Formats: sequence, structure tokens, C-alpha cells
Amino acid sequence: MKAQMTKTALALLAALGTQAVNAGQLTIESWRVDDKDLWEQEVIPAFNKANPGIEVSFSPTAPTEYNASLNTRLAGGTAGDLITCRPFDVSLELYNKGHLADIKDLESMSNFSDVAKGAWQTDDGSASYCMPMASVIHGYFYNTEIFEELGLDVPETEADFFAVMDKIKAESKYTPLALGTNDGWETHQIVYTGIGPNYWKGEEGRKALISGDAKMTDANFVAPLAQMAKLGDYLSRGYEAQTYGDSQNLFALGRAAIYPAGSWDIAHFNTNADFKLGAFKPPVPASGDQCYISDHTDIGLGINPKSENRADAEVFLSWLASKEFAELYTNKVTGFFSLSDHQISIDDPVAAEMIGWRQQCESTIRLNAQVLNRGRDDLETTFWNAGQGVINGTMTAEDAAAKVQSILDK
Amino acid sequence: MTKAGRFPWHIVVFVLPGFFIYTLFSAWPLLDTLILSFFDQNDTGARWFSGLDNYRLVLLDPDLSAGFWNALWNNFKFFLVHVLVQNPIGLMLAALLSLKDLRGARSYRTLIFMPTLLSVVIIGFIWQLILSPLWGVSETLLEAIGMANYFDAWLGKESSALLTLALISVWQFVGIPMMLIYASLLAIPEELLDAAYVDGASPLRIFWQIKLPLILPTLGLVTILTFIGNFNAFDLIYAVKGALAGPNFSTDILGSFFYRTFFGFQSSLGSPTLGSTVASLMFLVILAGVMVYFWLVQRRLHRYQL
Repeated sequence: MKAQMTKTALALLAALGTQAVNAGQLTIESWRVDDKDLWEQEVIPAFNKANPGIEVSFSPTAPTEYNASLNTRLAGGTAGDLITCRPFDVSLELYNKGHLADIKDLESMSNFSDVAKGAWQTDDGSASYCMPMASVIHGYFYNTEIFEELGLDVPETEADFFAVMDKIKAESKYTPLALGTNDGWETHQIVYTGIGPNYWKGEEGRKALISGDAKMTDANFVAPLAQMAKLGDYLSRGYEAQTYGDSQNLFALGRAAIYPAGSWDIAHFNTNADFKLGAFKPPVPASGDQCYISDHTDIGLGINPKSENRADAEVFLSWLASKEFAELYTNKVTGFFSLSDHQISIDDPVAAEMIGWRQQCESTIRLNAQVLNRGRDDLETTFWNAGQGVINGTMTAEDAAAKVQSILDK
Repeated sequence: MTKAGRFPWHIVVFVLPGFFIYTLFSAWPLLDTLILSFFDQNDTGARWFSGLDNYRLVLLDPDLSAGFWNALWNNFKFFLVHVLVQNPIGLMLAALLSLKDLRGARSYRTLIFMPTLLSVVIIGFIWQLILSPLWGVSETLLEAIGMANYFDAWLGKESSALLTLALISVWQFVGIPMMLIYASLLAIPEELLDAAYVDGASPLRIFWQIKLPLILPTLGLVTILTFIGNFNAFDLIYAVKGALAGPNFSTDILGSFFYRTFFGFQSSLGSPTLGSTVASLMFLVILAGVMVYFWLVQRRLHRYQL
């Protein structure tokens, strides 16, 4: 018995010994709690097929906690090897503190466009600290069955949009729009920066705001807020206490017709809703106007310089830039669109529809993501409170814009 | 027999473990926080002494101080609701429970005390569901008694969110004042009550003029415990409204304000030094409250030898 155990132990040791040549362990920090299964069952096994011997674990933290707890872990030296990067300043700050390695010279970085890389570069472009992974696109989802039942067409202009919602409100038991203001962030990140680019002309307006040539109180920045002020009438009763999860459920259960969405919601509704999902882009002010969409560079992946497996981490990043990953990620993690230049095919019809908007419309990123969020006051949360206040009717569009501008002025 | 006046080593031996643990886990972190609040730091983590600069920022700076004063004022409202609702209800329940021939007193006692034992996360989740305008039962219940019109998204409105959260907290913690008051009511000697009864005092008069003065020290204790608990509160707000304490910071109290300052939130990054300042201010507020209580209230309380 004892001899047998010794044998087994020796065999195990031998097995370990052969692997130990390049066996590394990598831990990925992320806020994508929803994707845990996909990473563990699809992405990591695919990576291991090409690169056996590197053990990767995916360890996500809830989105609202992520920045704070990652900071704490990085400062304490307990963070993982690979860091999922928020775009722009949050990651730039990490890089400046020495918590992200410069990966500009990684060969695989050439697979990404400058726009994609721009979200994770120093202002002068001299260093890149995260590999672009995916962007999200914003628009509206609709329940095709409700639209058919009521004989509705997909709205093109703002006027169409409100006509459609009026009709749903007057002629059916459905809630026109599944949106709540309890959490606040949707009102800004999905609604305001989703519908707004049509008014401030995408990049043009965004850059003017950064340079100071435009002000939040200008008509083209107030107009989307004014549109939001009208939304309150079309939400379900008590929307002030409706959470993001409530909105998702309301729409998935078929009780609401339209849902302001980020493309990441596709995966959720594919599993939770039993009707056919449709998507339309944010309505333009007038028929024939050039359309703009919020195509937000949202996720990157960088290396923790304190990682003990730097070489393995670089192997993982190189694989991240491959066509294989682009195809796998875009199709499995539905709603996140790979940023690499590879030509890939997309299976999901709604995801294909949304990525198709890139051809019809001009892309821009979320209004305040770049540069503007810098400074002591938290512009982002001010925007959330502004969106919340405008939809709740406790703040006028003009006051909300003025409040945001007062912070920009500092 | 040993020599009188020998150094009492046994006292040292008995005190040391407690002293050690208290110093390590309570006194030292508190002291360190107070020290840190006088420092400032830059992006690289280098720290330097900055005197009262942080305090000036938190208390007076036009941009930053608004958040602090808002949180402090909300915290006072939160405390006030507890004093005005939780403690009177606790007193009433304790008085009812101490009635001699109340049937099922033990079951009531256990049931009312039960929520105190539950995790705040569970309490927050349950009440969010109960009050949810979409799936909650409260609208249906109000409908059943013909008051559906009074239903509102209480947790989501600036005007009512803080009050609602305070009442949820009252519901959870009402068992503690009840138990403390109940215990001191039981400690009142029978002879006193019998004497009052023989003298012809009505039950109400016995309560107001015999029992209540005797339990006043306990009421004072309950109030100061509530004060300390409320000004350290954080968990319920965080569980229900998140770190942003919305809508529009209307449910922001010192605990959640501290969390955002120390750990950061979304695009704003946390600052350990500024966070320490907020934590020190919380400590000072509580210290001031407790001192006021000891000097103005405790000393005037008349204790009766029972």
C-alpha cells in the first residue's frame, strides 16, 4: 500500500515536472461578472488549446466596485497578472502610478487601429498600456412581437420615436419604455451619450467640448436632455425606484416594448427573453440627418508590472490580438465587438445589425470619457445625477446642463 | 504569608491580553487614521505633512464641503427618525411585554428581535423587493385597504428615500432598545409597584411616575447607542442605494460619503488621506455627541438605589 502511494506521488511529481517548463498561472482582473462562465468555458479553453500549460483564472469584481477594489489590490500588491482596463483616464491614472506596464512594443499591437488604441495611450501617444479588447454600441432594443401586434414601424426620427411610444401607451397594456432611474448610470451612459451624438454631431461636438469651444449649455447638448425630460411619461409607474435589473426583467418578460440598450444586453436577452429581439439606432432630429452612434471603446487588457509571469501574460495578450480571439469573443460574448482589424463573421442577427451601424453612421465614444473626467469633482456622477434629475422631473434640462458646465469650468 | 505591598503582577497578566488586542485592533488604527488625516499624497503614493489642509478642504472648500455638510445633515435626520420612532416604539413594546399576564410574550420577544440578527444585505434586499413598484407587494396591500393612491416609489424619490431607509433601519433594530428597556423594567422591585398599587395609583400613573423615572438611565444609554450606531451607519444605504447614495445624494450619510472619498467611485479616484480626514471628522462628531451626553444628560440623571 505504502509503496503504491509513493509510486503515485512520484508519477505525479514527474507529471508536474514536465509541465513546469513553462507552467505559469495567470489571474485576470475584470468587472465582467456576467461573463464568468463564458471565459471559463469558452475563452480560456480556446487559449489553452493553442497554448497549453498556462493556467488562466478569471476573477471578476462587480462593476461598481471594480475601480475602487482594483486600486486597493494594486496598491497592496495582491492584484492579478492581467488587468481589464476601463477606457481613458481611469487606466491612464493606473499607468501613471506604475500599475500598468507599457506594451507599445508588443508586436501584436499592430492589429489595432489608432482609434482603438487611443483609449489606452498617454496623451502624446508615447506609451500604450492596454490592448484594446472590445467596444460596446448603444441604441434601442424593441420587442418585435409587440411592434407587430400594434402595427408599429421602427422609428427613424425623434418625432417618430415619440409617436411610436404614444401609440404603445394609448393602445396597449405595455409599458412603452423599460427604463428606471434608481441606479442613475443608465440615464447617462446609455441614454444621454447614446441619443446625444445625433445632436452634437459625434466627434465634432465631443472635441469641441474638450477644447472649450463648445459648452454644455449650448443647444445641441441641452437638446438630448430635453428629450430625456419627456421620457418620464412613458416609463412604468414608480420608475424612480426601478433598478437596471428591474428594467431588464420588465423588457425580458415582454411587459415593455422598447429598451434603451447597450449592446452587452444582447447576451442577457438571448437567454432570458423568449421573443424575437430587434434593434434600432438612436433617432435623428430630422429625417435624412446624418446619424451618429455611441461606439464606445470599453474594454482593454493590460499587464500588471508586478506580475511574476510577465512572459506568459504577453503570450496571452498576443493571443488576444489574434483573429481566433476576435471571432470567439465577438460571437460568444455577444454584444462586445472586437476592436482588432480582422474580418470576422457575426452569427447573432441583433449583434450583426448593431455592428452594421458602423457603416451607416459616424462613430463616437461617450461624451465625457476622454480628458473631461479629469479633475477633483466627479463629472461622471454629476452627469448621472443630471440624467436622473431630468427624467425624474426634479431638474430642468437647462439647469442640469448648467450644473455640468459649472464643473467643466473649474 | 507573602510580604504586603508586593507588585500585583497578576493584575498585569490579566490586563495584558485585553490591552494588547485593544491597542492593536482599535486604538492603533484610530490613532493612525487621525495622523493620516494631516497628510497629503500624490499619484506616486508619496506622502507629506500638510497640517489642517485636508480639514479645510472637507469643511470649507466650496466644491468639496457641500458633500460633507449634506451627508452630516442627512445623518442627523437619520438619527432623529431613530430617536423619535425607534426608541418610543421600543419603550412601548418593552412596556407591553413586561405586562404580567401577556400570553405568548416570549414568542413576541423573539420575533421582534429577529430582524436584528439578520444581515443588512438581506434586509435591504427584502425591503427593496417589498417596496418595488414593479414586483413589490406593498402596492397590492395598500390597494386591499383602499389606499393604493398613496403608494409611491418611496425609495426612488429625493423627498422620501432617506426617511424610508431610516424606517427600514428602525424596523430592523427596534429589538435592541426593546430588550434593554425590557430588562431594566424587569429589574424594578415588586415592592415599589405593590406599594404604589396599594396607594391607589392607576397602571398608567405607575408607568409614568414610577417605572419611567427608574428606567431613564437605560433610555439615555439607548439614545447614545443609537447615536453612535447611526453616525457609523453605512451598510443599509450601500446595500439599497449603492455608494452613490442617490437620488442626487439625498440618502448620503457620513458612512457612504467616507466610502466614496476613501475608495473612490467610478471616474473619481479615492484618496486615503482625505478619506482619513472624513473618518476623523466622523469620530469627532461621535465624540462630541457622547461628551454632550455625559456632561449634560448623564450627570443630571438621578439614579435610584433599588
